[in-house]
Amino acid sequence: MENKFNIISDKVFELLNEDEYLTISFSSENTQFIRFSQSKIRQIGLVDDSSLELELIHNNRTCGESFTLSGDTDADIQSATNLLSNLRTEIVQLPEDPYIVLPENNGSSCDIHTGKLLSVDDAADALTPAMQGVDLAGIFASGKIYRGNSNSLGQKHWFSTETFSLDYSLITADEKMVKATFAGSEWNRSEYESFMAASIKKLEFMKRKAIKVEPGEYRTYIASPGVRDILDMFSWNGLSEASIQQGQSSFGKMRNENSKLSPCFSLLEDFRSGSVPRFNDNGEVSPDVLNLVNGGLLENTLINSRTAKEYNVISNNAGGGEGVRAPYMLAGDLLEADVLKKIGTGLYLGNLHYLNWSDCIGGRITGMTRYACFWVENDEIVAPIENMRFDDSFYNFFGENLEAVSKKVEFNPEVGTYENRSLGGTHCPGVLLSSFSLTL
Amino acid sequence: MDLKNLLSQININADWIGMREVREKGTYRVIRDGNPQANGAGTSHGIMVEVLAKGQFGYYATNDMSISGIQHAAEKAKDQAMRASEYSLYSFSEDARPKATGSYESSFSKAADSISAGEINEILLAGCDALKVSNHIVSASAYGLITETEFNFVSTNGSDVNQKFLMVTSDFSATAQDGNIFQRRTGGRTGHQIGLEVFDKNNIISLCSGIGKQAVELLSAEECPTGTMDMVLASDQMMLQIHESIGHALEIDRILGDERNYAGWSFIRLEDFGTLQYGSNLMNVTFDPTVEHELASYAFDDGGLEAQHQYIIKEGLLVRGLGGKESQIRSNTPGVANFRASSWNRAPIDRMANLNLEAGESSFDDIISNIDYGVYMETNRSWSIDDYRNKFQFGSEYGRLIENGKLTKTVKNPNYRGVTTPFWNNLKKVGDASTFGVHGTPNCGKGEPNQVIRVGHASPVCQFENIEVFGGV
Repeated sequence: MENKFNIISDKVFELLNEDEYLTISFSSENTQFIRFSQSKIRQIGLVDDSSLELELIHNNRTCGESFTLSGDTDADIQSATNLLSNLRTEIVQLPEDPYIVLPENNGSSCDIHTGKLLSVDDAADALTPAMQGVDLAGIFASGKIYRGNSNSLGQKHWFSTETFSLDYSLITADEKMVKATFAGSEWNRSEYESFMAASIKKLEFMKRKAIKVEPGEYRTYIASPGVRDILDMFSWNGLSEASIQQGQSSFGKMRNENSKLSPCFSLLEDFRSGSVPRFNDNGEVSPDVLNLVNGGLLENTLINSRTAKEYNVISNNAGGGEGVRAPYMLAGDLLEADVLKKIGTGLYLGNLHYLNWSDCIGGRITGMTRYACFWVENDEIVAPIENMRFDDSFYNFFGENLEAVSKKVEFNPEVGTYENRSLGGTHCPGVLLSSFSLTL
Repeated sequence: MDLKNLLSQININADWIGMREVREKGTYRVIRDGNPQANGAGTSHGIMVEVLAKGQFGYYATNDMSISGIQHAAEKAKDQAMRASEYSLYSFSEDARPKATGSYESSFSKAADSISAGEINEILLAGCDALKVSNHIVSASAYGLITETEFNFVSTNGSDVNQKFLMVTSDFSATAQDGNIFQRRTGGRTGHQIGLEVFDKNNIISLCSGIGKQAVELLSAEECPTGTMDMVLASDQMMLQIHESIGHALEIDRILGDERNYAGWSFIRLEDFGTLQYGSNLMNVTFDPTVEHELASYAFDDGGLEAQHQYIIKEGLLVRGLGGKESQIRSNTPGVANFRASSWNRAPIDRMANLNLEAGESSFDDIISNIDYGVYMETNRSWSIDDYRNKFQFGSEYGRLIENGKLTKTVKNPNYRGVTTPFWNNLKKVGDASTFGVHGTPNCGKGEPNQVIRVGHASPVCQFENIEVFGGV
């Protein structure tokens, strides 16, 4: 695959005129999907998809276009050549962009991660037996993922990985659920069976009769998967410098009004796990680690090169949308064994669902409890709760109401598959809140 | 591409084979603060080969559309089906893919290439300039997405369908600032099956000028009041209300449990069809693939079922689900032709398409004049609902107080929350045709693997009583 990318890129770069710059991005996957419901197979299939994007810069103007590769290298070279011609026709019509970022050559990289995956022929037989006896709904995704970026100045980046994930929910007869994700690069049958057995054991807690909790403020522990969902919000009108400058960011208060979060809260972008490429669509490489919020203070926002030019700040080579691509929230000192005791009486929330900004500028997020969420009384789990809506500002719950952060940082792999399989995931601990607002 | 010829050359032994080719080009142009932010396009083109063997469908979605590529895809798809058949959730026959022949082409006045890239940029720039009504506007943007889609479907039981769509989604937004107060007002990102006639410079300038003025107006507006009161929703807020608390709740595959790991389940049970009073007797909701220019109009779904106008809720009573042929067979429940995939690289599942609240008989003035105290809300900006489609919360960009039968002060950050069937049973008045708006969004997400799909929602203005309303932080 890398060889094909190189051949096509080289051929297209040969066609450029002196006053033209070109960046080429490549994305490809070969994936098996198996969709489960009631621990049986609902849908099964394979997807091969590859696309190439050309971004042309000429005379302070830029435009781009992508197309699906056919797999026939000669035909794809011809398609790319035709595309270049189309871009040349369009670019002269466009207005100048004063903030254009020209590509550079700051060195190339090649980051290949191999794995040992289930074959597509064996997957159904390998997965299904361990889930019998319970009601499981979920999705198995497995295969190779490739990303490439090259430019007309000779810089080239390549990233490939082989991964699998089984993201699933186990459901009781009265519709209570626990959620888990078994993921990695090397399939191991006994690890899988142990993991599934542990999930089935957790489901026992959910068989207790659910209790109704009234709207109000509660001492609450949110486990790592729920914290992950909150941190995801910071990539949407959050830590983007452009979003702050344009008056749309929830972090504007920290820039403009000197608002602070709890000293217990620190969030980084950390690429050292190697689960996502460090290069962005411009082929620029991010630092290994970037402090975003450090001890409750906004230390860095995410700044791409275009934003840097527009607002006269320094780029940290963020991606086009200035979202957090490798989030890592630092641990605290709360031991898992002490969580229930520290709650005392209140809520243990294993997962959250369908978060949205209800007042973005004020940092207020609404969403639902979902899956393994419990009422805790006198240091013990009493029962699962009926799902409740929360609506609270992160300036509260990551601010003065953040009482402790757990010592264990868990990795929550990214299992999204909109258009193609996502890469990476979120490293984060759980959080203990002295108050969290439930509204409905 | 001669899909029938390709199909005829597949050499495997199977109960049924279908091929679905999709070619889609999306061209997007964005101007922000007077400068081009993006001018780009993307074309996705491939084929999904589906094979039915031993009651199980298997698929192979491929970018290799050569004869050898398709043969390979068919062999692997059959293989997947055979291996999965031992663990099938449901054993299907060819009945799940009815024979369909026909074509559809969406209507438009100006073709996709009728306005040049340069001209579109000029028009969007004029819109951007019109948004900047004062120095309080700190950011303004104008966006256009032109989508051209061609869909071909053939099968061994004789299907031969061709559908072509030209769609445009546009949005204009202004962010206003006064000190630490920020307010954003938009045109409500909405899409239609339409041509480039939407890029009418004068119309866009007029629209943008209004948006900019309202953004500034919101800066000095009071917070939306908190309390239980009457609420009136404009059609561009009704869009999300319909989408989240009717559409997703009634997708039959959700009711059957397929989505429990991701988008969730539904409070609806199969026995509710024909018995559940979903809303007041003013509530009439239709699945309508025939509305010209609505975003998700079509003639056939992706399984070959012919699409027809159907009542989903009639005078408040739930009568029909949103499920294609597979779900209808599995559930033995009446459905509609909504078995759809986002593209060639995803398998079809039940997706709402055009789902509309039908117009009633009250004029806008009738509705407002009968309210002592309440809030009128326009243009959705926030949406959240639980995994059973019960407890929801929505926010809008712009509100007006209603006092003693009149619209009075502007209010900012209007939000409301509720529970689905009590909410719809509090539907008190439904606006007439003069209040009707046709909207659509290209961004409905669902499914495993995930898929984003286009939906259309048309609605009149509606009044609800006893709703929990509140403002911002």
